[in-house]
Amino acid sequence: MSAGGSAAVVASGLTRRFGALVAVDRVSLSVARGEIYGFLGPNGAGKSTTIRMLCGLLAPSAGSARVAGVDVARAPDEVKRRIGYMSQRFSLYGDLGVEENLELHGALHGLAGPRFRARRDWAVATSRLGDRLSARVDDLAGGFRQRLALVCALLHEPEVVFLDEPTSGVDPLMRRAFFALVDALAAAGVTVFLTTHFLDEAEYCHRIGLVAGGRLVAEGTPTALKTRLEGRVLLDVRTDAPGAALVALARVPEVAEATAFGAGVHALAAAGVGAEAARAAVAAALARDGVAASAAEQVEPSLEDVFLEIVRREARP
Amino acid sequence: MTGEVLALEDARLAFGSLQALDGISFALRPGEMLGLLGPDGAGKTTALRALLGLVPLDSGRAALLGEDPRAAGAAHRTAVGYLSQRFTLYGDLTVDENLAFFARLFRVRDFRPARERLLELTRLGPFRRLRADRLSGGMQKKLALACTLVHAPRVLLLDEPTTGVDPVTRREFWLLLSGLLAQGLSVLLTTPYLDEAERCGRVALMRAGRVLACDSPAALRGTFRHRLREVVCAPARVARDLLGREPRVAEVQLFGDRLHVVTRDPADGLEDLLARLPGVAVSAVRDVAPTLEDVFIRRIGEEASA
Repeated sequence: MSAGGSAAVVASGLTRRFGALVAVDRVSLSVARGEIYGFLGPNGAGKSTTIRMLCGLLAPSAGSARVAGVDVARAPDEVKRRIGYMSQRFSLYGDLGVEENLELHGALHGLAGPRFRARRDWAVATSRLGDRLSARVDDLAGGFRQRLALVCALLHEPEVVFLDEPTSGVDPLMRRAFFALVDALAAAGVTVFLTTHFLDEAEYCHRIGLVAGGRLVAEGTPTALKTRLEGRVLLDVRTDAPGAALVALARVPEVAEATAFGAGVHALAAAGVGAEAARAAVAAALARDGVAASAAEQVEPSLEDVFLEIVRREARP
Repeated sequence: MTGEVLALEDARLAFGSLQALDGISFALRPGEMLGLLGPDGAGKTTALRALLGLVPLDSGRAALLGEDPRAAGAAHRTAVGYLSQRFTLYGDLTVDENLAFFARLFRVRDFRPARERLLELTRLGPFRRLRADRLSGGMQKKLALACTLVHAPRVLLLDEPTTGVDPVTRREFWLLLSGLLAQGLSVLLTTPYLDEAERCGRVALMRAGRVLACDSPAALRGTFRHRLREVVCAPARVARDLLGREPRVAEVQLFGDRLHVVTRDPADGLEDLLARLPGVAVSAVRDVAPTLEDVFIRRIGEEASA
């Protein structure tokens, strides 16, 4: 571990402009060594631009960032040596074998001789791909590919690893296995910076930063973020006519948002509206439009509800 | 047409040594949205392709609008809209031109009113003169959906319609789908996302070419005969390792700052155990409702140990 205290990633006032467009707007954050930090936001929120600056690929317009103790603007090449980067889509060579991918990533990072062999053995053991070394990567199941991409990104023992939507499109068992591996790395002191818009992935993070419109708009543990909607009432309205219910609820001031959900509609009450008032307003609106509903139970908001609510609030200046 | 829009019945299909469909059965009812939920390789896409008559079954039955899809004529095919995972938009055509192209492909006479309606529904109107490859990923998905709707199908088959789409666009997509349901369309979709499956009227849990269970999300959650406790504690890793060795605990999952603990006995709250975890400070314990993910994982675990 190099200088820089216990924080492995520190950004202060990090800003990037492209002409008149402010893609990243004064982002300040600090990620501790061994922490799994989730950077969450919709497309176009500034996630990739931030990551490119943190990886030393793009110079900031203003502000500064230190990654693994190194200033990204002053020594971008040194930053690249100290970090790993994994994206499910881009970091493997599909027409090469497992072993060949490990050799290629080793060579790219200047690993050779006994050091490469030791890291290769670590990678094979960690990814449990020993019986598939000559398999072509394109022929591997998604879960194996992910584990290979992860160990390739870690071959050169980086202090910080950036994961870009590492488990999108795989089943929950494989996702759990993948995050067990990520957690073991974090326990060993590797700092994990994960970008995603996939809320199932965000749940595995120690802390989450929400980005919208280039700004960091909320930050906290998944548990703490969910309490951000505390006091807000979410009703699960059971109806056979969700389309008509959505139309009816769109005109109700007590309802901030209504969305299709299962065999019914989820209605998020406006701020300051209690469960009884919300239920009464929903029932009245449905009755007015002749929509039959069997129940309107209060349910717990998901991280996605919180996320959408914060993004919506931020979109209104 | 009886009580089913389409169905697979004990369908089997092997590709070489791979048994893609292994006795799969399910039926789509008129006006419902049924989700096929399962990991990569569960047979979701193959099931859709068999229903469309694109691959012949080795055995079993496939029915689409009351007919064998392999024998069905062009008239039946136009009653179906299919959005494949790698959908085909023409990148160098505009939004308007793509819709016109698909309308002509399906021989829709006077497609303009339908096009206007779809542009309004998808809110793509302001972008109608943009080339498709200039649209964002989410807008491309919405345009692809509009193209599968231009011939006014009665049944929609959507293969992972929201994979790779951000949550804001995903929610818009679901609003769109619920509007279509309200118009009486029947929808069969596949998804690897459990939170998304919760939005379907019924869900078929799939694995290895078979349906493990098929019911409403609420009924599926009701089959979870354990208690799920959420434990916020520090250090969470230590607590996970200690609880993982407890016979009263069926499963422990670490989520960042907290654990999900599945108890063997639904009456067991683990209070005594949690109060005596050496070196662990427990700050909150509560019951949480199982998600479809919890149900799915328990089912797979039970299958494996059966």
